[in-house]
Amino acid sequence: MPEHSKSEHSQSEQPARPIKPVPFRGGGFAPKPMRIIAPVLFIALISLWESGSRTGWISPLILPAPSEAFAAFMELLKSGQLVLHLKASLLRLVVGWSAGTALGLVFGIAAGLFTVARGAIVPFVAAIFPIPKIALLPLFIIWFGIGEESKIATILFGTFFPTVIAVYGGIDNVDRGLIRMGQSFNLSWWSIVWKIILPGALPAILSGFRISASIAIILLVAAEMIGAEYGIGAYVLLAGNLMAMDQLIAGVAMLSILGLTVSWIIGRAEKYFLKWRV
Amino acid sequence: MDLQLKHISHSYDDTDVLQDIDFRIETGQIICIIGPSGCGKSTLLRIIGGLEQARSGEVLQIGEPPADCLNPLTYIFQDFALLPWRTVRGNVSLVLEDHGIRGSRADAIIDDVLARTKLSDFGNALPRQLSGGMKQRVAIARALSVRPACLLMDEPLSALDSQTRELLMDDLIELWLKEKYTACYVTHNLGEAVRLGHKVVVLSRRPGRIREIVDIDIPIDQRQSHPAMLADKQAYLWGLMREEAMAADQELTHA
Repeated sequence: MPEHSKSEHSQSEQPARPIKPVPFRGGGFAPKPMRIIAPVLFIALISLWESGSRTGWISPLILPAPSEAFAAFMELLKSGQLVLHLKASLLRLVVGWSAGTALGLVFGIAAGLFTVARGAIVPFVAAIFPIPKIALLPLFIIWFGIGEESKIATILFGTFFPTVIAVYGGIDNVDRGLIRMGQSFNLSWWSIVWKIILPGALPAILSGFRISASIAIILLVAAEMIGAEYGIGAYVLLAGNLMAMDQLIAGVAMLSILGLTVSWIIGRAEKYFLKWRV
Repeated sequence: MDLQLKHISHSYDDTDVLQDIDFRIETGQIICIIGPSGCGKSTLLRIIGGLEQARSGEVLQIGEPPADCLNPLTYIFQDFALLPWRTVRGNVSLVLEDHGIRGSRADAIIDDVLARTKLSDFGNALPRQLSGGMKQRVAIARALSVRPACLLMDEPLSALDSQTRELLMDDLIELWLKEKYTACYVTHNLGEAVRLGHKVVVLSRRPGRIREIVDIDIPIDQRQSHPAMLADKQAYLWGLMREEAMAADQELTHA
């Protein structure tokens, strides 16, 4: 005990040494999802916009109030036109995207598994992927006519290429150790592809779906602006031609909701199929 | 079923990896292969199991594997090689499905191998929920499910921390005492080699040649009680390897 008190004493003899806690410098760089922020911000922006329009600060010629856009939407709903527009758009989107994705999967898997197919497909995809498919629409109209076929073909081509790239990229990234394991247990070629390679490539394939679905919506609207009677794109184009800004905003909002819905569906699919991931 | 390696030589491009490797893996024995890093131990194991083709020489299967054996040469990998999207049971079932074993027959086999590897309570867990030691036990269970004639183990304990390694080593010994499996065990850990091996094949640095085949004639279950004899064997092996390892280390720095 005397030694203890002595050491304490000797410490208190040096009052000049400052004592402070070590400052914390970790943390940060880890944004977390917070569900409340987006709706609050969205409501705040809409109300700011609405009040700006009501007070005359935003001219209705430049930008209609959100309430007017909503009224235009309700009018569309009541007239029964909404269903026709949505039906036409969704049909093109679903058919075009599904066909493009199915073909993309076939060609992507071929490029991921076979040397010859890779040699044929990869340069071809690299050459055609960067062409804006909308530039090919006139060509498609000549080939397939002005009806549904040319619009679906545009979406199909737009979805095909990113799917091919996502699929063979995903297959390339499958752990070779797992494939070797499959071979070491004498699994058949089909079993290795079906039970090891495809599930391993699925995360990349699903993020490819996210990209191809967005591209499909963009191309849908562009294609519908040429020679379509119904469809959200046709509705937006008509509204623009008539300078009906409230309808234009309503149409654009519908596109945004369509995009959000698609992204939500893919998010659900990811949650379901990739629950084995962390 | 014995395995006889006959004059195995191998090279990648212009680099010789293995030269004239010749030894026999006898039924019921564990052969350990040790050698400095980069001496081609893992390549040799891949050649033994037919995952890679040697440039010259051959591996012969002497005698028929037991009739109930589904996959005579079965690997256990260093990185476990479990499918992350399948549960523990699913990972075992994967290697049975191709043999047409499904349903209650598969369940019986899976229950049995999980019990033997002390995993019965974890059948429905996903690999990411398991520790490294548990993952390797799943891989061992998977290997046992196909009733291999020879286990080919590629540094199975190297990815684990030292305590887990100790536990799993005990499991491997216990399992051998019960079932007398045949194995070829590649490791860089001399301690593992002297505890588990009946014979230790010491390879030289690249190109890998057989430096010596050391017999360890203490029965496996008595090794824990003869620590001095084991230490002698280990020191002898280290004597063989020391210069090779140093030279191999220098080679890497120059490369």
